Amino acid sequence: MGFGPLLLLASLEGLVTAATLALMALGLSLVFGVMRVVNVAHGEFFMLGAVVAWAVSTAFAGHPAIGFSAALIVAPLVVGAVAFLAERLVLKRLNYDPEATIVATIGLLYIVQQLALTFYGADARPVQPPFNLRIQLPWFGYSGYKLAVIAAAGVLLAGVWFVLARTRAGLVMRATQYDAETAQAFGIPVGRVYAGVFALGAMLAAVAAVLIVPVSQAHYLMGRDPLLLSFVVVIIGGLGSLRGTVVAALLIGLSDGIISTLFFSPTLAKILATLLVALVLVFRPQGLFGTAAR
Amino acid sequence: MNDTSAARIWLLHLAVIAALVAAGFLLPDYHRGVFSRILVLAVFAMGYNLLLGYCGLLSLGHAMFFAAGLYGAGLPLYHLGWGVPAAFVAGVAAGGALALVVGALALRTVGVAFMIVTMMFAQVAYLTTLYFTTWTRGEEGLVLPPATRRVGLGDTVVSLSDPASRYAIALVLFCVVLLLMLRLVRSPFGRTLAGIRENEERMRMLGYDTFRAKLAAVVVSGLACAAAGAAYGLLFGYVGSGFASIQYSILPLLWVLVGGAATTLGPLLGTAFMFYVIDYASGLTTAWLVLVGAALIFIVLFFPKGILGTVRERWLTWLP
Repeated sequence: MGFGPLLLLASLEGLVTAATLALMALGLSLVFGVMRVVNVAHGEFFMLGAVVAWAVSTAFAGHPAIGFSAALIVAPLVVGAVAFLAERLVLKRLNYDPEATIVATIGLLYIVQQLALTFYGADARPVQPPFNLRIQLPWFGYSGYKLAVIAAAGVLLAGVWFVLARTRAGLVMRATQYDAETAQAFGIPVGRVYAGVFALGAMLAAVAAVLIVPVSQAHYLMGRDPLLLSFVVVIIGGLGSLRGTVVAALLIGLSDGIISTLFFSPTLAKILATLLVALVLVFRPQGLFGTAAR
Repeated sequence: MNDTSAARIWLLHLAVIAALVAAGFLLPDYHRGVFSRILVLAVFAMGYNLLLGYCGLLSLGHAMFFAAGLYGAGLPLYHLGWGVPAAFVAGVAAGGALALVVGALALRTVGVAFMIVTMMFAQVAYLTTLYFTTWTRGEEGLVLPPATRRVGLGDTVVSLSDPASRYAIALVLFCVVLLLMLRLVRSPFGRTLAGIRENEERMRMLGYDTFRAKLAAVVVSGLACAAAGAAYGLLFGYVGSGFASIQYSILPLLWVLVGGAATTLGPLLGTAFMFYVIDYASGLTTAWLVLVGAALIFIVLFFPKGILGTVRERWLTWLP
């Protein structure tokens, strides 16, 4: 394969990464933007989504599409419920204090991860994709499912944008983000908005996981790298900015795909990327696309 | 702070040290071994406590300082054949240098950004230990042979793999750091740090160079953590990437929160408590991480001040 087709392949792989990353990072960014909570357990919600997807899809016999569609509905609901409970039982009682919530979500991370290891096991397990279609390009064949993942993520992102920008629920969320106290004074149930946003953030991670799990596999440690990458995306994109998050996810996903397929050893690529992001946070805390420092 | 209170404080710390010396003779072998580890890790926790408790800076990357000490001491000993004292000094120096650089960069940020930046620098450090697998052997790690872990004291040769001398050395390190920390937090510098924790803006208006004070705190904290790392590697003879992972950034946070942030003896108490809880739980189940997670949530919910912090609040207000 020549350089051009290889680059195309790397870019396609990068787009798949970018698609899931954008969904997951958007969840993290929403939670941070509205609640000012850094959710370290976000990666575990992603993992939980994949594990539930595996459980649901193996429970259904017959065509893989049936199990997959069921997983696409059940997994976000289960994960959203877990997040909702965690928010009501723990985060709310901490008054969303930034440092205490970080410690608490670290605790949540350990609990979810260990329970997954205990009940699901240490094996990586595959989920059947809903359809097997191979799209033949002139240079190589490419999985149609992966292209569908990219499209689905695009649709979901547009949906989230629509909800945030054009609906009453989005208006309430934005008002809470802008000034929680004033929102409360205007009769917005801030507590319920917080619980809803936290659940929604977790559900976005779960959807990303269900979409990607037929391509990768469900494993109890699979939340770790996406969590770090999501942090990277959210920081580069500017905390709490939807457009920035999507642009940054594309940037990171593509460069991750291209760099790790074409150039360095993956470890060195990770070192450089992490260092770069840390320095961005040090010298440009509002992110590359954010407007004002918070 | 009056004279009787100062006398009480010194008496309490000397009593704790005396109890630990006695424990070295009285404890059964197994528990003496456990306590050797606890003492070294308590030094790690004390270093962390200086930053979190006294200066109010929550770092999520202290594993990198521990690892700097660990590798700073372990690599020259293993590859260059350095002696134990030289290796220890190299480890501590590596931690101090790293803390200076990381502190100068990370302290430009505040709050949540500080946590994430420190976590990312620690991740870089962890990946670096994996990248140079040729020298570090990555996750598998290096086992330092007992023959290289000997110190000549006059005519006698002390082997660091002997349990009794291991406990003695861990205890000496612990006492030195404990007394230094006690002096430090009661000194004008310690008061400045507490002032920054309570209200940095006001300290700046009073004319303090708060950036420099915080940087000094990060460096001292890094030195203490590196000393713990170097001692851990040299005493227990193993140097591996696991010690640089995020988990070793979370553990000192947990120990300090359990024992009580901003108390001098809290780190020891927290480390010992969690060590035994996990030791006991891992006998019952392999899922001991659930316990760590539950402990973290339980503490932030119900005991935000930790064991000694609560004791100080309710009964002994003079505790340092």
